[in-house]
Amino acid sequence: MRDVGDIWSYLAEGPLLWLTLTLVAYALAETISQAAGRHPLANTVLISVILLGLMLWGTGMPYATYFEGAQFVHFLLGPATVSLAIPLFAQGARLRRAVLPVLAGVGVGSLVAVTSALAIARVLGVDPPTLAALAPKSTTAPVAIGIAQSLGGSPTLAAVLVILTGITGALIATPLLNALGLRDWRARGLAVGTAAHGIGTARAFQVHPTAGAFAGIGMGLNAILTALLAPVVLRLFL
Amino acid sequence: MIRALALILLCQLAGEITARGLALPVPGPVLGMVLLLGLMKASERLARQVTPVGEGILAHLSLLFVPAGVGVVGHLGTLGTQALGLGVAIFVSTALAIAAGALAFTLVARWTGGAGEDA
Repeated sequence: MRDVGDIWSYLAEGPLLWLTLTLVAYALAETISQAAGRHPLANTVLISVILLGLMLWGTGMPYATYFEGAQFVHFLLGPATVSLAIPLFAQGARLRRAVLPVLAGVGVGSLVAVTSALAIARVLGVDPPTLAALAPKSTTAPVAIGIAQSLGGSPTLAAVLVILTGITGALIATPLLNALGLRDWRARGLAVGTAAHGIGTARAFQVHPTAGAFAGIGMGLNAILTALLAPVVLRLFL
Repeated sequence: MIRALALILLCQLAGEITARGLALPVPGPVLGMVLLLGLMKASERLARQVTPVGEGILAHLSLLFVPAGVGVVGHLGTLGTQALGLGVAIFVSTALAIAAGALAFTLVARWTGGAGEDA
């Protein structure tokens, strides 16, 4: 019988253990989210991160070792970004009928998201490298990580801020838009997808299929727009 | 399935090479997305082929955030004094962006005469 420590250190070096734990944690998070009736606070990413964070903390395993093993999952963020072309393509006809409103909605939403976040953070004393990670927070994670890296911000922090933004958007969208009396599902979905990316889009699909479709459009277009806008706006606040 | 996956990776690769080569501010995968959209418009067959595979990847988009998200653990300490500023910035800016985006869409839809799709 071999020493448990030997087996543990052998497994810690390969991806098998970390990939398995990542998928198990996510599967558990899915179960919890479903049991909570898909409440925005029972977000699958948040729950998975808490579970895995507790596991790393409990075992004293460094994050770098975990990430090394789980990087196959992380790698798929790139192909996922490319795949955002698919909902854009599928909604082509509907999109063409509302080109101007869509461009206005994404343009204004994107600009307000980046500018107001940087202005508020700057006033509250957030330092420049952190501002670089905050700038792309409304885009979907793969894009935000890419933008943050090219601006000199931490990709990990960018991912954290993206997730917090997504959960915030999913939580406040429905009461906020009801209070404003905006009933057009296209407008509601587009705004949520633009401001709160994939997590907002998933929420929009729960509320109404048209809202979900337009959230996908907002998320896709905002990814391109923020990549262009964020470097320019960030320069104003440095 | 392998062909569709290869096509998605090729789009990403072409995007990365273009972004790096021309030192563009846009991430490679975003250029790859634009390229794939163009290819799907050009070929109906290609669009049909790539759709199920791409949708499969997108269906588990949340899972892909997890490894980077676990990095929160390492960042909580460094966030310290900035946590409040970041929290307020995220909450207020997200609310403002949702409201402004939805209002802009609604106003322009009214101006351009398109009837709202309330249903």
